[in-house]
Amino acid sequence: MTDDRVPGIEPEFDDRPRGGVDAPGILPHSVSSDRAAGLLAPGAVLLDESTAGLDAGFDEYGLSGASRSQLSTVVRRFLRDPMAMIGLGTFVLLLLGSILVSAFWRYSYLSITNTLNSPPSWAHPFGTNSIGGDMFAQVMKGTLQDIEISLLVALMAVVLGVAVGAPAGFYGGKVDSLLMRFVDLILVIPVLVVLIVLANIVAKETNNWFWLAIIIGALSWTYIARLVRADFLTLRERDFIEASRALGASDSRLILRHMLPNAIGPIIVNATITVAGAIVLESTLSFLGLGIQAPNVSLGLLIDSGQDSGTTEWWLLVIPVIFLLVLILAVFFIGDGLQRALDPKKNRVRA
Amino acid sequence: MIAYILRRLAISVVVLFLATIMVFLLVAESGNPLALLRENPHTPKSTIIAREKLLHLNDPLWQRYWIWFSHAIHGDFGPTVAGQPVGPQLTAHLFVTLRMVILATILSIFLAISIGVIAALRQGKATDHVATFTNFLFLAAPTFVVGILLKEFVAIPINLHLNRTIFYTNGDQSPTLTGSFLQRLPDYAGHTVLPTITLILVTYSSWAIYQRSSILDTLDSDHVRLARAKGISPRRVLLRHVLRNALIPVTTVIALDFAGVLGGAVITEIVFGWQGLGVWFLNGVTNLDVNITLAYLLITAVIVILFNLLADIIYAFLDPRIRYD
Repeated sequence: MTDDRVPGIEPEFDDRPRGGVDAPGILPHSVSSDRAAGLLAPGAVLLDESTAGLDAGFDEYGLSGASRSQLSTVVRRFLRDPMAMIGLGTFVLLLLGSILVSAFWRYSYLSITNTLNSPPSWAHPFGTNSIGGDMFAQVMKGTLQDIEISLLVALMAVVLGVAVGAPAGFYGGKVDSLLMRFVDLILVIPVLVVLIVLANIVAKETNNWFWLAIIIGALSWTYIARLVRADFLTLRERDFIEASRALGASDSRLILRHMLPNAIGPIIVNATITVAGAIVLESTLSFLGLGIQAPNVSLGLLIDSGQDSGTTEWWLLVIPVIFLLVLILAVFFIGDGLQRALDPKKNRVRA
Repeated sequence: MIAYILRRLAISVVVLFLATIMVFLLVAESGNPLALLRENPHTPKSTIIAREKLLHLNDPLWQRYWIWFSHAIHGDFGPTVAGQPVGPQLTAHLFVTLRMVILATILSIFLAISIGVIAALRQGKATDHVATFTNFLFLAAPTFVVGILLKEFVAIPINLHLNRTIFYTNGDQSPTLTGSFLQRLPDYAGHTVLPTITLILVTYSSWAIYQRSSILDTLDSDHVRLARAKGISPRRVLLRHVLRNALIPVTTVIALDFAGVLGGAVITEIVFGWQGLGVWFLNGVTNLDVNITLAYLLITAVIVILFNLLADIIYAFLDPRIRYD
């Protein structure tokens, strides 16, 4: 869209913000996405086979300490970032914990016990609700459900975003203008509004989290598509692409082997942000009664049913809220850490 | 500039037209809006037939869309499923929502700019860390969570403690409200406080984060260094050289996020039981009411388009280098 704003300015010279255009609904990812869009530093040849080969060569001569491949530099930087590691640790803990609890805890999320409205105790660490459901099982199952949905959404956003954005940036033309019109649509109408209309149909037809993830994914891919498009627009003018083309590389080889690896950094960062956005959208829809339906559980649904219990059965509200916030923050920290690892320039201290 | 703005308007109108067709098909195809009425054995047959005729349910889809379209461009949004005209309902609900949205947007802008500037000037200090963490927390928190927490853990305890209603947690006004506008004002205000705070908190955070990094970028630029070297007072450097430049990108972000603010308003209204546009729209969708859904879509889109237009103008004003042609 910003490319529409001032026609004639090439994207790479355009320092105006690209963020926030189609930020899915309530989670504006303007900030990090702007930084991500600026990520395309000339010469950043991530994962490029030639560089990797060079490193292997250096390794043989014992020079590996001096020259690391870009990938391993990024990984090392990420692993040394305390906030990123806290985020990753929390996320893995929540994922494993929710899988284990859903499999091995003595109650399932469907169990009904004889203990009604009991506060947290040894028998029920997160208490029970008004019909005797065990909240520990339900909260963990809800967490797992949210993670499943958001990962599926992010996968879909990456696949669709690359599939549309890459040809749009590489060839331009019809695909490109169609993509930009879709972005216009999202600019004019709140994503949540379209999602509510779609979710109402899905909620009526089926009670399946898979379809919920599909419709959230169908509205979440545009950001990555625009990002890939912008990167490809600048990449296709670069000398090394011209050189490969002169050597007879096919279009698909150019896209898959040469251009995509160069655009992978921002894609990964924004996939993480999409995960966080999907959790927010899913829980919001569930809160509205249009997302996950009982007897299935998700954190949004649990918060919805516990929303009036703040001053009485507080555990019904507070615990799912904490899990939801911690889950989203963990994903944020991972995304932020990835961003810093991929683009350390942005960390510079003001002179 | 006028040519540019007209071109953008034209694109928006075409996109909006396509959006109405898409949403019309989605809602109209997803079921019969009179199903509930039919299930009631006490509904006279004549009522159902009359309602079907009023809503043109037996006409082909394209004809139904055309009927809606040709009326809508004259400002007539047709009847609701319940048989009342959509127009008056739309205006009534619109004013309820706008009260909150306008207030929240203006306050969010001020809050975001102040917090962003302060955090940037104190970069790396405790103030910055606290501000950045708070911003991230509110960025992460979904709107309904912020609303529910405010209601359950701030408003209700305070009300219980003081044994009187300071914060109204339900509705946009008291049901028994009478009197002149001035007499009603305190009641409106009391009901507006909590939802507005909710909407501000979920809105300002991303703008503040953006404002902070925008200020940091500007502080780092050559013209600011030159201004300092010339001996201009720090206050003047900040106001004239840093803030003005740093506001340019933030304006775009705020304008582009405005659709998101309206989305947030839908959720806020539901949490606080406001009879605003959002609740009206949500009920319209679940009742498969095509006319309500489309009316909401149109009014929301028009507000967003106007807001973006305003941003374009402010943008040109802030940055004289920008020429829209």
